[in-house]
Amino acid sequence: MIRVQNVTKTFGDFAALHGIDLEIKPGEFVALLGPSGSGKTTLLRIIAGLEFQDGGEVLFDGEDVSSRSVGERQVGFVFQQYALFKHMTVAENVAFGLSVRRKGRPPKADIRARAEELLRLVQLDGLGKRYPGQLSGGQRQRVALARALAIEPRLLLLDEPFGALDAKVRKDLRRWLRGLHETMGLTSIFVTHDQEEALELADRVVVMDHGRIEQVGTPEQVYMEPASPFVSNFVGETNQLPGGIHVRPHDIELVASGGIPVVVENVFRRGGSWRVEGRIEGHGNVVEFDVDAAEPAPTLGDTVRIQPLREREFHKHAL
Amino acid sequence: MRRSTTESPALQIVLIAIALLFLAFFLALPLVAVFGEALKAGFGPFLNAVTAPDALSAIKLTLLIAAISVPLNVVFGVAASWAITKFQFPGKSLLISLIDLPFSVSPVVSGLIFVLLFGANGWFGPWLAEHDLKIIFAVPGIVLATVFITFPFVARELIPLMMEQGKDEEEAAISLGASGWQTFRHVTLPNIRWGLLYGVLLCNARAMGEFGAVSVVSGHIRGETNTMPLHVEILYNEYDFVGAFAVASLLAGLALVTLIAKTVLEWRFNLHGSARH
Amino acid sequence: MTASPAAGTRRRWRQPSVLPGLGLTFGLSLGWLTLIVLIPLATIFLKSAGMGWDQFVAVGLSDRALAAYRLSFGTAAAAGLVNAVFGLLVAWVLVRYTFPGQRIIGAIVDLPFALPTAVAGIALTALYSPNGWVGRFLDPLGIKVAFTPIGITVALVFIGLPFVVRSVEPVLADLGKDVEEAAATLGATRLQTFRRVIFPAIAPALLTGFALAFARGVGEYGSVIFISGNMPGRTEIAPLLIVTQLEQYNYDGATAIATVMMLVSFAILLALNVVQAAGRHRYGA
Repeated sequence: MIRVQNVTKTFGDFAALHGIDLEIKPGEFVALLGPSGSGKTTLLRIIAGLEFQDGGEVLFDGEDVSSRSVGERQVGFVFQQYALFKHMTVAENVAFGLSVRRKGRPPKADIRARAEELLRLVQLDGLGKRYPGQLSGGQRQRVALARALAIEPRLLLLDEPFGALDAKVRKDLRRWLRGLHETMGLTSIFVTHDQEEALELADRVVVMDHGRIEQVGTPEQVYMEPASPFVSNFVGETNQLPGGIHVRPHDIELVASGGIPVVVENVFRRGGSWRVEGRIEGHGNVVEFDVDAAEPAPTLGDTVRIQPLREREFHKHAL
Repeated sequence: MRRSTTESPALQIVLIAIALLFLAFFLALPLVAVFGEALKAGFGPFLNAVTAPDALSAIKLTLLIAAISVPLNVVFGVAASWAITKFQFPGKSLLISLIDLPFSVSPVVSGLIFVLLFGANGWFGPWLAEHDLKIIFAVPGIVLATVFITFPFVARELIPLMMEQGKDEEEAAISLGASGWQTFRHVTLPNIRWGLLYGVLLCNARAMGEFGAVSVVSGHIRGETNTMPLHVEILYNEYDFVGAFAVASLLAGLALVTLIAKTVLEWRFNLHGSARH
Repeated sequence: MTASPAAGTRRRWRQPSVLPGLGLTFGLSLGWLTLIVLIPLATIFLKSAGMGWDQFVAVGLSDRALAAYRLSFGTAAAAGLVNAVFGLLVAWVLVRYTFPGQRIIGAIVDLPFALPTAVAGIALTALYSPNGWVGRFLDPLGIKVAFTPIGITVALVFIGLPFVVRSVEPVLADLGKDVEEAAATLGATRLQTFRRVIFPAIAPALLTGFALAFARGVGEYGSVIFISGNMPGRTEIAPLLIVTQLEQYNYDGATAIATVMMLVSFAILLALNVVQAAGRHRYGA
């Protein structure tokens, strides 16, 4: 179990983290989600031991690891740009963590076998003798993962692991990573700014902004019950109505009378629906919502009336 | 706790100390020695040495050589860099390697080549004698040898710089109707001016300080074909150490000025956001 | 005012380009190059070719010449190695650490580039001759520097250092920190990380720097002839032997020696280049 207690970090004048408290259960797959500058990568690196906090503690299974160097913490870290050793073969990359062990280094044959086993696990068997420069982005990512897993870490940390990949490769790798986690059950924390990715992969999502945790919860909780306007806006699409009311586009229906008048400005086909963009009459807020494509599309310039089915109200931050 | 990607402070200090000691001993000490020996007998003898007639004519010749070779090589260097970085053509890498050639050939060999070509028994020797032209053992030979030796300096500075800058801006200018020369003057030149200045500095330092090649072609005729470096050698071989070091210190002073100007240029370069080397 | 009309006729063999001036600049460069580089170089080889084998061997491969080659190439290699080690150290310290006076130190590294060779030559002799600034301390210990191969090596260390430092510096600066962090997360010590991750990455640049320092050292004249003592068979460097031949009007001899020097240098540099290219090819970069 990983516990972060009141961790703060400043870089010069810039306060990257303000008193972060977080607990991660064994075997969990947690996402740190937020925009750039939210502090999510800083937090990840502090847990890893690549940065050191200015205040607070980091505890692994009750033990304060703040004074331990990164090598001593036994964490597997997957870097955004993979950080593969270009002049070593794939197999040598994967075996690196085992081959630099000073105490308890396994014999060469064992190291080789383990590297091969891991390459099989990440579906790269047969590519052991290639060099990173000869692999595709998705393959390199898997080598980076295999390399991190080779040292049998007690925690797996991933820094925007899919950021540098094409959309299709990203989707495939996401699915594959989820499957791998289910097989291995290793406690994992990954950093992302892509909320779709966080919602799809994580057991729990930690939404961060400006160095603070805005909300921690399951993907369902974070999406359906956002704790703040920031979370509501960042996770999923949100319409902001007058009075601090947030409504998801799919929670809006057209009504014949009553409701809120909206002037239609744009209509286009999206999947099985019409996506309608309009402005609230008298207020100017832009709203977006979907109408079943089986229905006729609303006409540009018309005024339609909408009714929120589910809404959340945030009083502190009125529009 | 220190970061995972640095050494311990103690080790850092040790490494820095070793590096500084090495530099001080191998590089700085000789420089100090030049000035030390030059002023060993006091300021009077120093002044006499540098204002002696032979010394003055050596200085004049050195300046003349630089004044001819540097502009010539600037024109060539700019032309070659423009051709190489703005165009694609077969044999480009051959051209680049050829430009580097004078660097890898011994200066003595360079001098030898010119003697073989233009010396009294050289290929063009008879023809030159007929037309009463002297190249070897005369000033033209020295100019030629110096031009050969310093020829890569400007191009080597400009090529990586211009490659990094690409040709987008020039293409934009052309598309807006500028002529080739206008584009060069108003778009390219301002972008490369610091690199160009730096190349000129190095070219000049080498042009004034070249010894091996010039030694071979000049004939060491005092007062006529003696450059400053050659004059230093002559004085030294005559055991006039103070004299030799005095003239040498002028050259060392030039070297210092070159280094300072280079540091200033690099600093301004970084301010303008261009990468160096 | 462009050269496009002339360049237009050459469009067949090169890709058309938007920018004008190719004809002019290319012609100028090639012309200058031919005049200044190609013709002179051809001279050497042609003259050698026309010499006859016996003549060539008599001087070019004489005992005296062989001793000179051994000396020139040997001291250049030794100096190159010293520079490889300390040049790497200096580059490391300049790139990785911050300390007061760093800029000045960085500028000093370029001193050998800017200082005329003859000036360096007499300065080094003044330092290391038996009653010189440094020599006077070494002489009683029986260590003779001036007028021995050691002195020559010292001079070559002086001129070769900037080549190594300037070759390694940019590569070191561009090395991403994340690879070092990755090694650290995998449990490597700083030394292990240097040996297995950092050094292999900068090895090509180090080799290039060594090659440049070596090539320069072999042909160096001005910095060396004052400190070397110039005793044939012992401390006579190859370039000096060439000059000696010239002073005796033995052009054939001088050319023979020059040719051998150039061929051997070329072969060594080619070998180094091949090693580097093989490395690059292997990694599929």
